[in-house]
Amino acid sequence: MAVNTEAVGKEWPAATYQASRAKIAEYANVIGAENPVHFDKDAALAAGFREVVAPPMFCVVYSAPAMGPAILDPEVGMNFAAMVHGSQEFEWGEPVCSGDEITTTPRCLEIYEKDGKGFYVFESTSVNQDGEQVVRGTWTNIVRGV
Amino acid sequence: MESGDQIPELRVTPDKYLPHRYAGASGDFNPIHIDPEFAKAVGLPGNILHGLYSMAQVARAHTEAAGDPRSLRRLSVQFRGMGAPEQEIVVTATVKEADDGRVVTETKAAQGDNRIIRNAEAELAV
Repeated sequence: MAVNTEAVGKEWPAATYQASRAKIAEYANVIGAENPVHFDKDAALAAGFREVVAPPMFCVVYSAPAMGPAILDPEVGMNFAAMVHGSQEFEWGEPVCSGDEITTTPRCLEIYEKDGKGFYVFESTSVNQDGEQVVRGTWTNIVRGV
Repeated sequence: MESGDQIPELRVTPDKYLPHRYAGASGDFNPIHIDPEFAKAVGLPGNILHGLYSMAQVARAHTEAAGDPRSLRRLSVQFRGMGAPEQEIVVTATVKEADDGRVVTETKAAQGDNRIIRNAEAELAV
């Protein structure tokens, strides 16, 4: 059975996330990032940031509200019972600081079949309130037995 | 940093409840990460680590080596073996290109012989 590729090129509505000191600190604590620039405004300012700064991988937190509807879209039609997160790439731009409003737009980049598996590749582009790109993500989910 | 150099190894052991705290911090409450019974019912050995948590450890090894969260410009990983709580994760990375303040590493994360992140590449601005 071939994979349905109709969703290739589809974009979903952008979602905006406001970064806060509390969520940045919670995330940094959980991943074990101890650099005070993630917790202390004075340390962040001294290091040249505008405010407490998020660790780079905080991008998964502010991207999630936009990516959920894309991945769950019935038009994409992934079989979640047989799905794994296969690979992930992030390319970072401007740092994300507390108070920033980050808007993420998801798009389906490609869907293809290889060795009996379906590959579903999504791209996310996140910009801050000044229109500067903060991250571009490439999310690849693999579905066995398509 | 020069080609062939290793960046300092990062070792971390996620405790039993780390996946629950990571779920809260990230918003990813997929039960395969937080409910051992659900995980076993779908054929897993137990609840498994979030792949993006393991990826965050690879990112942290690099930002700590460079001393600045801004230094990490790009990270691409493949998730393969599944990570388990209560087992030590070891992140290693070898510099494969270094020129004009740009460093590219080949990196991985493993729990014992189980490589949970492989074929990974990081780019640092140093």
